[in-house]
Amino acid sequence: MAEKIYLYPVWTRIWHGINAILILLLILTGVSMQYSDPEFNLIRFDFAVSIHNYSGVFLTFNYLFFFIGNLVTSNGRHYRFSWKGLYERLKAQFIYYTFGIFRNESPPFPVQKERKFNPLQQFTYVIAMYILLPVVVITGWAYLYPEILFDRIFGGSGLKVNDFIHVLTGFFLSFFLFVHVYLCTIGATFVSNFKSIVNGYHESH
Amino acid sequence: MTGEQNPLKRSLPKIITVLFLSLLVTSFQLNEKTRKEFKNAESNEKCLKCHGQSKYSFENTESGEKVFRRMYSEAIVERDLYYESNHRQFKCTDCHSEDYDTFPHPGRLRMESKYACNDCHGDDPAYEKFKFMQIEEEFQASVHSTKHSDDFTCWMCHNPHTYRISARTEEIVKDIVAYDNAICLDCHGDISRYQLLVDKENPNILKRHEWLPNQKLHFGNVRCIECHARINDSLLVSHNIQPKAKAVKLCVECHSTNSLLAASLYKFKIKEHRNKAGFFNWEMMKESFVIGANRNYYLGIASIIMFCLVLAAISIHARLRIIKKKH
Repeated sequence: MAEKIYLYPVWTRIWHGINAILILLLILTGVSMQYSDPEFNLIRFDFAVSIHNYSGVFLTFNYLFFFIGNLVTSNGRHYRFSWKGLYERLKAQFIYYTFGIFRNESPPFPVQKERKFNPLQQFTYVIAMYILLPVVVITGWAYLYPEILFDRIFGGSGLKVNDFIHVLTGFFLSFFLFVHVYLCTIGATFVSNFKSIVNGYHESH
Repeated sequence: MTGEQNPLKRSLPKIITVLFLSLLVTSFQLNEKTRKEFKNAESNEKCLKCHGQSKYSFENTESGEKVFRRMYSEAIVERDLYYESNHRQFKCTDCHSEDYDTFPHPGRLRMESKYACNDCHGDDPAYEKFKFMQIEEEFQASVHSTKHSDDFTCWMCHNPHTYRISARTEEIVKDIVAYDNAICLDCHGDISRYQLLVDKENPNILKRHEWLPNQKLHFGNVRCIECHARINDSLLVSHNIQPKAKAVKLCVECHSTNSLLAASLYKFKIKEHRNKAGFFNWEMMKESFVIGANRNYYLGIASIIMFCLVLAAISIHARLRIIKKKH
Protein backbone atom coordinates (compact mmCIF):
# COMPACT_ATOMS: atom_id res chain seq x y z
CA MET A 1 0.00 0.00 0.00
CA ALA A 2 1.27 3.43 -0.95
CA GLU A 3 2.59 5.59 1.86
CA LYS A 4 0.62 8.79 2.54
CA ILE A 5 2.25 12.01 3.74
CA TYR A 6 0.24 15.01 4.93
CA LEU A 7 1.79 17.75 2.77
CA TYR A 8 -0.83 20.35 2.06
CA PRO A 9 -2.32 22.13 5.11
CA VAL A 10 -5.86 23.46 4.78
CA TRP A 11 -4.83 27.07 4.15
CA THR A 12 -2.56 26.14 1.22
CA ARG A 13 -5.33 24.05 -0.31
CA ILE A 14 -7.82 26.91 0.00
CA TRP A 15 -5.29 29.36 -1.44
CA HIS A 16 -4.40 26.95 -4.28
CA GLY A 17 -8.05 26.31 -5.20
CA ILE A 18 -8.91 30.01 -5.33
CA ASN A 19 -5.67 30.75 -7.20
CA ALA A 20 -6.43 28.07 -9.80
CA ILE A 21 -9.93 29.41 -10.50
CA LEU A 22 -8.75 33.04 -10.69
CA ILE A 23 -5.75 32.26 -12.90
CA LEU A 24 -7.97 30.32 -15.31
CA LEU A 25 -10.46 33.20 -15.45
CA LEU A 26 -7.66 35.70 -15.97
CA ILE A 27 -6.07 33.70 -18.78
CA LEU A 28 -9.38 33.14 -20.57
CA THR A 29 -10.51 36.76 -20.29
CA GLY A 30 -7.00 38.07 -21.00
CA VAL A 31 -6.69 36.05 -24.21
CA SER A 32 -10.22 37.08 -25.17
CA MET A 33 -9.36 40.79 -24.79
CA GLN A 34 -5.96 40.51 -26.43
CA TYR A 35 -7.42 38.80 -29.50
CA SER A 36 -10.80 40.56 -29.48
CA ASP A 37 -12.57 40.58 -32.81
CA PRO A 38 -16.06 41.81 -33.78
CA GLU A 39 -16.55 38.60 -35.80
CA PHE A 40 -15.61 36.23 -33.02
CA ASN A 41 -15.26 36.91 -29.34
CA LEU A 42 -14.36 34.20 -26.88
CA ILE A 43 -16.05 36.28 -24.18
CA ARG A 44 -17.96 39.54 -24.78
CA PHE A 45 -15.42 42.35 -24.42
CA ASP A 46 -17.11 44.29 -21.61
CA PHE A 47 -17.76 41.05 -19.66
CA ALA A 48 -14.15 40.03 -20.21
CA VAL A 49 -12.94 43.42 -18.90
CA SER A 50 -15.14 43.20 -15.77
CA ILE A 51 -14.27 39.57 -15.02
CA HIS A 52 -10.57 40.27 -15.61
CA ASN A 53 -10.64 43.32 -13.31
CA TYR A 54 -12.47 41.58 -10.46
CA SER A 55 -10.38 38.43 -10.78
CA GLY A 56 -7.20 40.51 -10.72
CA VAL A 57 -8.27 42.28 -7.52
CA PHE A 58 -9.18 38.97 -5.83
CA LEU A 59 -5.93 37.42 -7.05
CA THR A 60 -4.01 40.23 -5.35
CA PHE A 61 -5.65 39.51 -1.99
CA ASN A 62 -5.20 35.79 -2.49
CA TYR A 63 -1.54 36.35 -3.31
CA LEU A 64 -1.09 38.42 -0.15
CA PHE A 65 -2.71 35.55 1.79
CA PHE A 66 -0.15 33.16 0.26
CA PHE A 67 2.77 35.55 0.80
CA ILE A 68 1.92 36.19 4.46
CA GLY A 69 1.09 32.49 5.00
CA ASN A 70 4.54 31.53 3.77
CA LEU A 71 6.09 34.12 6.10
CA VAL A 72 4.28 33.02 9.26
CA THR A 73 4.06 29.26 8.72
CA SER A 74 6.66 26.60 7.97
CA ASN A 75 5.32 26.25 4.40
CA GLY A 76 7.69 29.06 3.36
CA ARG A 77 10.70 26.74 3.76
CA HIS A 78 9.65 24.82 0.64
CA TYR A 79 10.27 27.97 -1.39
CA ARG A 80 13.80 28.53 -0.11
CA PHE A 81 16.66 26.85 -1.91
CA SER A 82 20.41 26.94 -1.90
CA TRP A 83 22.18 28.23 -5.00
CA LYS A 84 25.02 25.81 -4.25
CA GLY A 85 24.64 22.74 -6.43
CA LEU A 86 21.40 24.05 -7.89
CA TYR A 87 22.44 23.42 -11.49
CA GLU A 88 23.30 19.79 -10.76
CA ARG A 89 20.02 19.24 -8.93
CA LEU A 90 18.00 20.84 -11.73
CA LYS A 91 19.90 18.77 -14.31
CA ALA A 92 19.30 15.53 -12.41
CA GLN A 93 15.56 16.23 -12.18
CA PHE A 94 15.38 17.28 -15.83
CA ILE A 95 17.16 14.09 -16.94
CA TYR A 96 14.72 12.06 -14.82
CA TYR A 97 11.70 13.74 -16.48
CA THR A 98 13.14 13.34 -20.00
CA PHE A 99 14.81 9.92 -19.78
CA GLY A 100 14.71 8.28 -16.35
CA ILE A 101 10.94 8.19 -16.13
CA PHE A 102 10.84 5.99 -19.25
CA ARG A 103 13.44 3.61 -17.81
CA ASN A 104 11.44 3.10 -14.61
CA GLU A 105 14.20 4.82 -12.59
CA SER A 106 13.38 6.09 -9.12
CA PRO A 107 12.92 9.87 -8.90
CA PRO A 108 16.18 11.52 -7.76
CA PHE A 109 14.35 13.70 -5.23
CA PRO A 110 11.34 11.76 -3.97
CA VAL A 111 8.66 13.69 -2.09
CA GLN A 112 9.19 13.74 1.68
CA LYS A 113 7.65 15.60 4.56
CA GLU A 114 10.59 18.02 4.43
CA ARG A 115 10.78 18.12 0.63
CA LYS A 116 7.41 18.89 -0.85
CA PHE A 117 8.87 19.95 -4.21
CA ASN A 118 11.64 18.49 -6.34
CA PRO A 119 14.37 21.05 -7.33
CA LEU A 120 12.81 21.77 -10.73
CA GLN A 121 9.39 22.33 -9.17
CA GLN A 122 10.89 24.44 -6.41
CA PHE A 123 12.84 26.62 -8.85
CA THR A 124 9.93 27.20 -11.24
CA TYR A 125 7.43 27.76 -8.39
CA VAL A 126 9.70 30.42 -6.89
CA ILE A 127 9.97 32.17 -10.28
CA ALA A 128 6.22 31.90 -10.84
CA MET A 129 5.13 32.94 -7.34
CA TYR A 130 7.80 35.46 -6.39
CA ILE A 131 8.63 37.04 -9.76
CA LEU A 132 6.00 36.46 -12.45
CA LEU A 133 2.88 36.74 -10.29
CA PRO A 134 3.93 39.96 -8.51
CA VAL A 135 4.89 41.46 -11.90
CA VAL A 136 1.55 40.57 -13.46
CA VAL A 137 -0.33 41.84 -10.37
CA ILE A 138 1.53 45.17 -10.23
CA THR A 139 1.20 45.82 -13.99
CA GLY A 140 -2.46 44.79 -13.72
CA TRP A 141 -3.11 47.38 -10.99
CA ALA A 142 -1.28 49.93 -13.12
CA TYR A 143 -3.92 49.33 -15.79
CA LEU A 144 -6.65 50.08 -13.26
CA TYR A 145 -5.09 53.42 -12.27
CA PRO A 146 -2.99 54.46 -15.27
CA GLU A 147 -3.49 58.18 -14.75
CA ILE A 148 -1.87 58.01 -11.31
CA LEU A 149 0.80 55.37 -11.73
CA PHE A 150 2.26 56.14 -15.11
CA ASP A 151 2.81 59.82 -14.75
CA ARG A 152 4.75 59.09 -11.61
CA ILE A 153 6.65 55.99 -12.62
CA PHE A 154 7.05 55.62 -16.35
CA GLY A 155 6.19 58.98 -17.85
CA GLY A 156 4.42 59.29 -21.18
CA SER A 157 5.05 55.87 -22.70
CA GLY A 158 4.16 53.94 -19.56
CA LEU A 159 1.01 52.25 -20.88
CA LYS A 160 2.81 50.56 -23.75
CA VAL A 161 5.67 49.32 -21.58
CA ASN A 162 3.15 48.14 -19.01
CA ASP A 163 1.10 46.37 -21.66
CA PHE A 164 4.13 44.58 -23.04
CA ILE A 165 5.28 43.39 -19.61
CA HIS A 166 1.77 42.40 -18.48
CA VAL A 167 0.95 40.41 -21.62
CA LEU A 168 4.37 38.74 -21.81
CA THR A 169 4.28 37.74 -18.12
CA GLY A 170 0.71 36.52 -18.62
CA PHE A 171 1.89 34.30 -21.45
CA PHE A 172 4.71 32.85 -19.35
CA LEU A 173 2.28 32.12 -16.52
CA SER A 174 -0.05 30.41 -19.01
CA PHE A 175 2.79 28.17 -20.19
CA PHE A 176 3.68 27.46 -16.57
CA LEU A 177 0.07 26.42 -15.95
CA PHE A 178 0.09 23.94 -18.84
CA VAL A 179 3.36 22.33 -17.75
CA HIS A 180 2.33 22.40 -14.07
CA VAL A 181 -0.95 20.58 -14.75
CA TYR A 182 0.76 18.03 -16.98
CA LEU A 183 3.54 17.27 -14.51
CA CYS A 184 0.90 16.72 -11.83
CA THR A 185 -0.21 13.67 -13.80
CA ILE A 186 3.16 12.12 -12.91
CA GLY A 187 2.32 10.61 -9.56
CA ALA A 188 1.44 7.27 -7.96
CA THR A 189 -1.49 7.25 -10.38
CA PHE A 190 -2.59 9.68 -13.09
CA VAL A 191 -4.89 11.52 -10.68
CA SER A 192 -3.21 11.01 -7.31
CA ASN A 193 -1.56 14.45 -7.25
CA PHE A 194 -4.88 16.10 -8.07
CA LYS A 195 -6.46 14.22 -5.15
CA SER A 196 -3.58 15.32 -2.90
CA ILE A 197 -4.27 19.02 -3.39
CA VAL A 198 -7.89 18.35 -2.39
CA ASN A 199 -7.41 16.05 0.63
CA GLY A 200 -3.93 17.24 1.66
CA TYR A 201 -2.24 13.78 1.56
CA HIS A 202 0.50 12.96 -0.89
CA GLU A 203 0.54 9.41 -2.15
CA SER A 204 4.06 8.04 -2.75
CA HIS A 205 4.93 5.76 -5.66
CA MET B 1 6.78 115.11 13.69
CA THR B 2 3.81 115.52 11.32
CA GLY B 3 5.04 112.67 9.20
CA GLU B 4 6.27 114.06 5.89
CA GLN B 5 5.85 111.23 3.45
CA ASN B 6 8.53 110.13 1.05
CA PRO B 7 7.53 111.59 -2.41
CA LEU B 8 8.12 108.21 -4.07
CA LYS B 9 5.86 106.50 -1.51
CA ARG B 10 3.18 109.12 -2.09
CA SER B 11 3.15 108.69 -5.85
CA LEU B 12 3.43 104.87 -5.77
CA PRO B 13 -0.35 104.23 -6.10
CA LYS B 14 -0.44 106.58 -9.11
CA ILE B 15 2.56 104.86 -10.72
CA ILE B 16 0.96 101.42 -10.20
CA THR B 17 -2.34 102.67 -11.66
CA VAL B 18 -0.63 104.15 -14.72
CA LEU B 19 1.43 101.00 -15.26
CA PHE B 20 -1.66 98.79 -14.87
CA LEU B 21 -3.69 100.91 -17.30
CA SER B 22 -0.92 100.99 -19.88
CA LEU B 23 -0.61 97.20 -19.56
CA LEU B 24 -4.36 96.88 -20.02
CA VAL B 25 -4.34 99.15 -23.05
CA THR B 26 -1.36 97.30 -24.54
CA SER B 27 -3.07 93.95 -24.14
CA PHE B 28 -6.08 95.22 -26.08
CA GLN B 29 -3.99 96.69 -28.84
CA LEU B 30 -2.84 94.93 -31.92
CA ASN B 31 0.70 93.71 -31.53
CA GLU B 32 3.32 94.37 -34.19
CA LYS B 33 3.77 90.72 -35.14
CA THR B 34 0.07 90.28 -35.88
CA ARG B 35 0.03 93.57 -37.79
CA LYS B 36 2.85 92.33 -40.05
CA GLU B 37 1.62 88.76 -40.46
CA PHE B 38 -1.99 89.48 -41.34
CA LYS B 39 -2.59 91.93 -44.15
CA ASN B 40 -6.06 92.89 -42.94
CA ALA B 41 -5.16 93.20 -39.28
CA GLU B 42 -4.92 96.97 -39.49
CA SER B 43 -8.35 97.47 -41.06
CA ASN B 44 -9.90 94.80 -38.78
CA GLU B 45 -8.77 96.87 -35.84
CA LYS B 46 -11.50 99.37 -36.68
CA CYS B 47 -13.99 96.69 -35.65
CA LEU B 48 -11.94 94.93 -33.01
CA LYS B 49 -11.24 98.07 -31.00
CA CYS B 50 -14.83 97.58 -29.81
CA HIS B 51 -15.61 93.96 -30.69
CA GLY B 52 -12.25 92.67 -29.50
CA GLN B 53 -12.98 93.18 -25.82
CA SER B 54 -15.70 93.07 -23.24
CA LYS B 55 -16.36 96.85 -23.19
CA TYR B 56 -16.37 99.67 -25.67
CA SER B 57 -16.71 103.42 -25.56
CA PHE B 58 -18.21 106.13 -27.72
CA GLU B 59 -18.97 109.78 -27.47
CA ASN B 60 -22.55 110.71 -26.68
CA THR B 61 -23.30 113.28 -29.40
CA GLU B 62 -26.03 114.90 -27.25
CA SER B 63 -24.02 115.42 -24.07
CA GLY B 64 -20.53 115.25 -25.53
CA GLU B 65 -19.55 112.78 -22.77
CA LYS B 66 -17.54 109.62 -23.27
CA VAL B 67 -19.76 106.64 -22.55
CA PHE B 68 -18.66 103.11 -21.69
CA ARG B 69 -20.81 100.08 -22.50
CA ARG B 70 -20.36 96.33 -22.08
CA MET B 71 -20.00 94.36 -25.31
CA TYR B 72 -22.59 91.63 -25.80
CA SER B 73 -20.62 88.37 -25.35
CA GLU B 74 -21.79 86.82 -28.64
CA ALA B 75 -20.47 89.87 -30.48
CA ILE B 76 -16.96 89.64 -29.04
CA VAL B 77 -14.22 88.34 -31.36
CA GLU B 78 -11.07 87.46 -29.49
CA ARG B 79 -8.04 88.60 -31.46
CA ASP B 80 -5.77 85.71 -30.39
CA LEU B 81 -8.30 83.07 -31.41
CA TYR B 82 -9.26 84.89 -34.61
CA TYR B 83 -5.68 85.18 -35.81
CA GLU B 84 -5.16 81.45 -35.19
CA SER B 85 -8.37 80.49 -36.97
CA ASN B 86 -8.87 79.32 -40.57
CA HIS B 87 -10.32 82.70 -41.55
CA ARG B 88 -7.50 84.72 -40.05
CA GLN B 89 -6.53 86.40 -43.34
CA PHE B 90 -10.01 87.79 -43.93
CA LYS B 91 -11.09 91.31 -43.24
CA CYS B 92 -14.31 91.66 -41.27
CA THR B 93 -16.16 93.21 -44.21
CA ASP B 94 -15.34 90.23 -46.45
CA CYS B 95 -18.23 88.52 -44.69
CA HIS B 96 -20.05 91.40 -43.02
CA SER B 97 -21.62 94.43 -44.66
CA GLU B 98 -19.45 97.49 -45.44
CA ASP B 99 -22.19 99.48 -43.74
CA TYR B 100 -20.77 98.37 -40.39
CA ASP B 101 -18.17 101.07 -40.99
CA THR B 102 -20.67 103.57 -39.60
CA PHE B 103 -21.42 103.90 -35.90
CA PRO B 104 -23.98 103.52 -34.43
CA HIS B 105 -24.49 100.58 -36.78
CA PRO B 106 -27.72 100.84 -38.78
CA GLY B 107 -30.46 98.73 -37.17
CA ARG B 108 -31.31 96.90 -40.41
CA LEU B 109 -27.89 95.24 -40.30
CA ARG B 110 -29.22 92.99 -37.56
CA MET B 111 -31.20 91.26 -40.29
CA GLU B 112 -28.08 90.71 -42.37
CA SER B 113 -28.06 87.17 -43.75
CA LYS B 114 -24.96 85.18 -42.91
CA TYR B 115 -22.91 83.16 -45.33
CA ALA B 116 -22.89 79.37 -45.03
CA CYS B 117 -19.66 77.38 -45.58
CA ASN B 118 -20.53 76.33 -49.11
CA ASP B 119 -21.34 79.88 -50.21
CA CYS B 120 -17.58 80.33 -50.37
CA HIS B 121 -16.10 76.84 -50.26
CA GLY B 122 -18.66 74.92 -52.30
CA ASP B 123 -17.33 75.43 -55.81
CA ASP B 124 -13.83 76.57 -55.03
CA PRO B 125 -11.28 74.06 -56.46
CA ALA B 126 -8.76 75.28 -53.87
CA TYR B 127 -10.86 73.64 -51.16
CA GLU B 128 -11.77 70.51 -53.11
CA LYS B 129 -9.75 68.19 -50.89
CA PHE B 130 -11.91 69.17 -47.91
CA LYS B 131 -15.04 67.92 -49.75
CA PHE B 132 -17.35 70.60 -48.44
CA MET B 133 -20.27 69.49 -50.60
CA GLN B 134 -20.04 65.95 -49.23
CA ILE B 135 -19.80 67.33 -45.69
CA GLU B 136 -23.01 69.26 -46.40
CA GLU B 137 -24.74 66.03 -47.52
CA GLU B 138 -23.52 64.24 -44.39
CA PHE B 139 -24.75 67.07 -42.22
CA GLN B 140 -28.17 67.03 -43.91
CA ALA B 141 -28.47 63.32 -43.02
CA SER B 142 -27.35 63.85 -39.43
CA VAL B 143 -29.56 64.39 -36.38
CA HIS B 144 -28.24 67.92 -36.16
CA SER B 145 -30.11 68.67 -39.36
CA THR B 146 -33.05 66.27 -39.28
CA LYS B 147 -34.04 66.98 -35.66
CA HIS B 148 -33.58 70.75 -35.79
CA SER B 149 -34.74 73.68 -37.84
CA ASP B 150 -32.65 75.50 -40.43
CA ASP B 151 -31.28 77.54 -37.55
CA PHE B 152 -28.81 74.73 -37.03
CA THR B 153 -26.08 75.76 -39.43
CA CYS B 154 -22.38 74.98 -39.72
CA TRP B 155 -21.72 77.91 -37.37
CA MET B 156 -23.41 76.12 -34.47
CA CYS B 157 -20.30 73.93 -34.20
CA HIS B 158 -17.72 75.82 -36.24
CA ASN B 159 -17.49 79.38 -35.01
CA PRO B 160 -16.26 81.29 -38.08
CA HIS B 161 -14.20 83.63 -35.90
CA THR B 162 -12.33 80.92 -34.02
CA TYR B 163 -12.60 77.61 -35.88
CA ARG B 164 -9.38 75.99 -37.06
CA ILE B 165 -8.80 72.56 -38.56
CA SER B 166 -7.12 70.15 -36.18
CA ALA B 167 -7.24 66.58 -37.57
CA ARG B 168 -4.73 67.44 -40.32
CA THR B 169 -2.54 69.80 -38.39
CA GLU B 170 -2.24 68.73 -34.74
CA GLU B 171 0.71 66.46 -33.98
CA ILE B 172 -0.69 65.09 -30.72
CA VAL B 173 -3.90 63.11 -31.01
CA LYS B 174 -4.99 64.12 -27.50
CA ASP B 175 -5.00 67.77 -28.65
CA ILE B 176 -7.29 66.89 -31.56
CA VAL B 177 -9.58 65.08 -29.13
CA ALA B 178 -9.68 67.95 -26.65
CA TYR B 179 -10.35 70.56 -29.38
CA ASP B 180 -13.06 68.56 -31.13
CA ASN B 181 -14.82 67.43 -27.96
CA ALA B 182 -14.93 71.02 -26.76
CA ILE B 183 -16.99 71.82 -29.88
CA CYS B 184 -19.62 69.23 -28.86
CA LEU B 185 -19.56 70.33 -25.23
CA ASP B 186 -20.12 73.95 -26.24
CA CYS B 187 -23.80 73.01 -26.54
CA HIS B 188 -24.07 69.58 -24.91
CA GLY B 189 -22.36 70.85 -21.78
CA ASP B 190 -23.98 74.29 -21.69
CA ILE B 191 -27.75 74.47 -21.23
CA SER B 192 -28.01 78.09 -22.38
CA ARG B 193 -26.59 77.23 -25.80
CA TYR B 194 -28.34 73.85 -25.95
CA GLN B 195 -31.73 75.43 -25.36
CA LEU B 196 -31.25 77.91 -28.21
CA LEU B 197 -32.65 75.18 -30.44
CA VAL B 198 -34.55 72.81 -28.15
CA ASP B 199 -36.77 73.24 -25.12
CA LYS B 200 -35.89 70.02 -23.36
CA GLU B 201 -33.38 69.51 -20.57
CA ASN B 202 -29.78 68.95 -21.65
CA PRO B 203 -28.90 65.33 -20.86
CA ASN B 204 -26.11 64.88 -18.32
CA ILE B 205 -23.21 63.61 -20.42
CA LEU B 206 -21.40 61.94 -17.51
CA LYS B 207 -24.51 60.09 -16.32
CA ARG B 208 -25.48 59.00 -19.83
CA HIS B 209 -22.02 57.49 -20.25
CA GLU B 210 -21.87 55.76 -16.88
CA TRP B 211 -21.90 52.38 -18.61
CA LEU B 212 -18.60 53.21 -20.30
CA PRO B 213 -15.66 51.59 -18.45
CA ASN B 214 -12.79 53.99 -17.67
CA GLN B 215 -14.96 56.93 -18.67
CA LYS B 216 -12.27 59.53 -17.97
CA LEU B 217 -9.74 57.73 -20.17
CA HIS B 218 -12.23 57.39 -23.01
CA PHE B 219 -13.28 61.05 -22.83
CA GLY B 220 -9.66 62.22 -22.91
CA ASN B 221 -8.50 59.91 -25.68
CA VAL B 222 -11.30 59.61 -28.22
CA ARG B 223 -13.63 62.14 -29.77
CA CYS B 224 -17.40 62.06 -29.22
CA ILE B 225 -17.82 61.50 -32.98
CA GLU B 226 -15.88 58.21 -32.81
CA CYS B 227 -19.04 56.60 -31.42
CA HIS B 228 -21.70 59.12 -32.40
CA ALA B 229 -20.99 59.66 -36.11
CA ARG B 230 -21.25 57.16 -38.94
CA ILE B 231 -17.83 56.62 -40.50
CA ASN B 232 -17.51 57.82 -44.07
CA ASP B 233 -14.50 56.37 -45.87
CA SER B 234 -14.10 59.32 -48.19
CA LEU B 235 -14.26 62.01 -45.51
CA LEU B 236 -11.57 62.70 -42.95
CA VAL B 237 -14.06 63.81 -40.31
CA SER B 238 -17.52 62.35 -40.47
CA HIS B 239 -20.37 64.85 -39.99
CA ASN B 240 -23.23 62.36 -40.00
CA ILE B 241 -24.10 62.43 -36.30
CA GLN B 242 -26.35 59.48 -35.51
CA PRO B 243 -29.29 59.20 -33.11
CA LYS B 244 -28.16 57.86 -29.74
CA ALA B 245 -29.68 54.43 -30.43
CA LYS B 246 -27.24 54.03 -33.31
CA ALA B 247 -24.13 55.09 -31.37
CA VAL B 248 -21.30 52.57 -31.17
CA LYS B 249 -21.72 50.55 -27.98
CA LEU B 250 -19.84 47.38 -28.82
CA CYS B 251 -16.38 47.63 -27.26
CA VAL B 252 -14.77 45.36 -29.87
CA GLU B 253 -15.59 47.78 -32.65
CA CYS B 254 -12.64 49.78 -31.38
CA HIS B 255 -10.89 47.19 -29.24
CA SER B 256 -9.79 44.89 -32.04
CA THR B 257 -7.15 44.90 -34.76
CA ASN B 258 -9.75 46.16 -37.19
CA SER B 259 -10.47 49.07 -34.88
CA LEU B 260 -12.93 51.75 -35.96
CA LEU B 261 -10.43 54.27 -34.66
CA ALA B 262 -8.16 53.49 -37.60
CA ALA B 263 -10.91 54.78 -39.90
CA SER B 264 -11.74 57.79 -37.78
CA LEU B 265 -9.44 59.40 -35.21
CA TYR B 266 -6.22 57.92 -36.62
CA LYS B 267 -7.26 57.97 -40.27
CA PHE B 268 -5.13 60.96 -41.27
CA LYS B 269 -2.01 59.77 -39.45
CA ILE B 270 -2.35 56.24 -40.81
CA LYS B 271 -2.68 57.57 -44.34
CA GLU B 272 0.35 59.76 -43.86
CA HIS B 273 2.60 57.16 -42.25
CA ARG B 274 1.98 53.54 -43.12
CA ASN B 275 2.80 50.74 -40.67
CA LYS B 276 6.49 50.04 -40.64
CA ALA B 277 7.20 48.44 -37.30
CA GLY B 278 5.35 45.13 -37.31
CA PHE B 279 2.45 46.44 -35.30
CA PHE B 280 -1.06 46.09 -36.64
CA ASN B 281 -1.91 49.63 -35.65
CA TRP B 282 1.41 51.35 -35.33
CA GLU B 283 0.11 54.91 -35.62
CA MET B 284 -2.45 54.20 -32.90
CA MET B 285 0.11 52.51 -30.70
CA LYS B 286 2.63 55.36 -30.99
CA GLU B 287 0.42 57.67 -29.04
CA SER B 288 -2.14 55.61 -27.25
CA PHE B 289 -2.93 52.21 -25.91
CA VAL B 290 -6.13 50.45 -26.96
CA ILE B 291 -6.55 46.95 -25.53
CA GLY B 292 -7.16 44.49 -28.36
CA ALA B 293 -6.07 46.94 -31.05
CA ASN B 294 -2.43 47.45 -30.18
CA ARG B 295 -1.06 44.03 -30.99
CA ASN B 296 2.44 43.25 -32.03
CA TYR B 297 2.42 40.91 -35.00
CA TYR B 298 5.77 39.29 -34.13
CA LEU B 299 4.87 38.86 -30.46
CA GLY B 300 1.61 37.22 -31.53
CA ILE B 301 3.42 34.77 -33.84
CA ALA B 302 6.09 34.06 -31.19
CA SER B 303 3.47 33.28 -28.56
CA ILE B 304 1.61 30.92 -30.91
CA ILE B 305 4.87 29.10 -31.74
CA MET B 306 5.76 28.84 -28.03
CA PHE B 307 2.28 27.59 -27.23
CA CYS B 308 2.50 24.92 -29.97
CA LEU B 309 5.96 23.84 -28.78
CA VAL B 310 4.76 23.44 -25.18
CA LEU B 311 1.73 21.42 -26.31
CA ALA B 312 3.89 19.28 -28.62
CA ALA B 313 6.41 18.55 -25.84
CA ILE B 314 3.60 17.60 -23.45
CA SER B 315 1.92 15.39 -26.07
CA ILE B 316 5.15 13.56 -26.97
CA HIS B 317 6.03 13.05 -23.30
CA ALA B 318 2.55 11.77 -22.48
CA ARG B 319 2.53 9.46 -25.51
CA LEU B 320 5.90 7.97 -24.52
CA ARG B 321 4.64 7.41 -20.94
CA ILE B 322 1.58 5.59 -22.24
CA ILE B 323 3.67 3.41 -24.56
CA LYS B 324 6.09 2.62 -21.74
CA LYS B 325 3.24 1.72 -19.38
CA LYS B 326 1.77 -0.74 -21.90
CA HIS B 327 5.06 -2.63 -22.15
